[in-house]
Amino acid sequence: MISTNQHLTSSTTNSFIGMNEAITLKKLITNQSIKIENLDVYIEDQHILKDINLTIPEKSITCIIGPSGCGKSTFLKTLNRMHDESPEVKISGKVFVDDENIYGPHVNVIDTRKKMGLLAQRPCPLPMSIFENVAYGPRIHGIKRRKAVNQTVIQYLQYVGLWDEVRDRVRTSATRLSIGQQQRLCLARGLAIEPEYILGDEATSALDPLSTKKIEELFVKLKEKYTIILVTHTLRQAKRIADHIIFMYMGKIIEAGPTEEFFNNPKKQLTKDYLSGSFS
Amino acid sequence: MKHLEEKIFKVIMICAAMIILGVLVYIIATVFYRGLPSLTLDMITKLPGGGFYLGKEGGVLNAIVGSLYIIIGSLAISILISVPLVMYINFYLPAKSIFSSLIRFSLDILFGIPSIVYGAFGFALMIFLGVRASLLGGILTVAMLIMPIMMRSFDEITRLLSHELPDALLSLGATKYEMVKVIMKQLMPGLVTAILLAIGRGIGDAATVLFTAGYTDNIPASLNQPAATLPLSIFFQLGSPVEEVQNRAYASAIILTVIILILSFSARYFSSRFSKNKI
Repeated sequence: MISTNQHLTSSTTNSFIGMNEAITLKKLITNQSIKIENLDVYIEDQHILKDINLTIPEKSITCIIGPSGCGKSTFLKTLNRMHDESPEVKISGKVFVDDENIYGPHVNVIDTRKKMGLLAQRPCPLPMSIFENVAYGPRIHGIKRRKAVNQTVIQYLQYVGLWDEVRDRVRTSATRLSIGQQQRLCLARGLAIEPEYILGDEATSALDPLSTKKIEELFVKLKEKYTIILVTHTLRQAKRIADHIIFMYMGKIIEAGPTEEFFNNPKKQLTKDYLSGSFS
Repeated sequence: MKHLEEKIFKVIMICAAMIILGVLVYIIATVFYRGLPSLTLDMITKLPGGGFYLGKEGGVLNAIVGSLYIIIGSLAISILISVPLVMYINFYLPAKSIFSSLIRFSLDILFGIPSIVYGAFGFALMIFLGVRASLLGGILTVAMLIMPIMMRSFDEITRLLSHELPDALLSLGATKYEMVKVIMKQLMPGLVTAILLAIGRGIGDAATVLFTAGYTDNIPASLNQPAATLPLSIFFQLGSPVEEVQNRAYASAIILTVIILILSFSARYFSSRFSKNKI
């Protein structure tokens, strides 16, 4: 056990840099963006999302804000086709991811989801060891060689700053980690499938301030390589880390724009009211 | 007034607990008091000797082995059918599916059918097929009896699972089957609980095996030979007018209880080993 670890660590530092370069290269080649046209979502008879038209800028953080029940989470779920699991949800419109409509006829759902790393509201580690949690994604997507899996796991655990905290116990249950560590583990697990986009559904709302800060710092670090879309409840968080803001209300996009402009110079009355705390 | 209310309710609760404990202690005490003197090594290592019904030599090894064969066989069949069914209605069918509520409704009905009816049904089926009372008949009939129990309890536990784990797995790009494999790991303790409930019901039931497995003084050598079972041994021994033989029934009851205890503990042990990383 100990000997394998030493062996692993010695090989990681170099390859880690290599991976970064590889990712940057890949991102330069593909035209990576999300474009949404006339998106409507109904759950049973309720019209949840109403005529959404949107382009999400690449390699930046876009925060979606708005009061509870405005459709933020539903919107996020349309991006990785998680609504497929609920037959009562009806979706019309087009969502282009890398110029491909993910609701088109010949789209492989697994591939779409693989492109989107999801960070849920509460961390949900798989019932396995810390190591297996991160290794799970690469394994089901076809990486079988032990060495390659080991390398990937360590890379991403290091990336989220968890490796030094858990290196002695990577083979123990992931549920024994603190909740903040679990959330970073889930982020590493999501990154290990090498997505292009990161979706966060109020990813810090269950965490303490210190863990929240760590996750936020990671997001800022990640935006160099990934397009990040976050749903958030806290305006302050959006102000801190977002490059772009989308304000939703009752299933509609009320206002969207660069963070500074949005907060300093909101155009719509509804936005002004929301920002001043008249409703939440 | 409120104080009195609190006190009365507390007394009721304590009484209820005492009644349950008392009944359990009373049963176990009776069984051990009457059975322990007859519980010799011969009882568990020997087949019935001549003149067993009159209360003489030998033991109940035939029934011990027969009961174990039947419960293990029927557990294997039930697990093979229960696990796919529960996974299907929970993770493949939509949440408000009519089909899954239909299945749950039928399971509830099957759950409530008395074991003698399963016995009679199995027997009728065997006559129709021209099969005589045999180990296989016993295994299949007991499997029918314990399947609804196992499915319903496993289903209840599976429904308690939050949506977070399936969602997390799917969003990693797992297929449904890959997802179910991981979820099964999480559900292992639940499955073990379901198996324990099924064992408890299946191994102690006399009515299902009365016609279908038959009774014999020998250990069955193949699936189409009749098999003895502990509940039937107890039944026959208790029916004897000789007190010595009646006491052997209590000794058999001790053996049955100990077998259930051993199965329970080993199941718990294996479940905790399998799910070292459970949440």
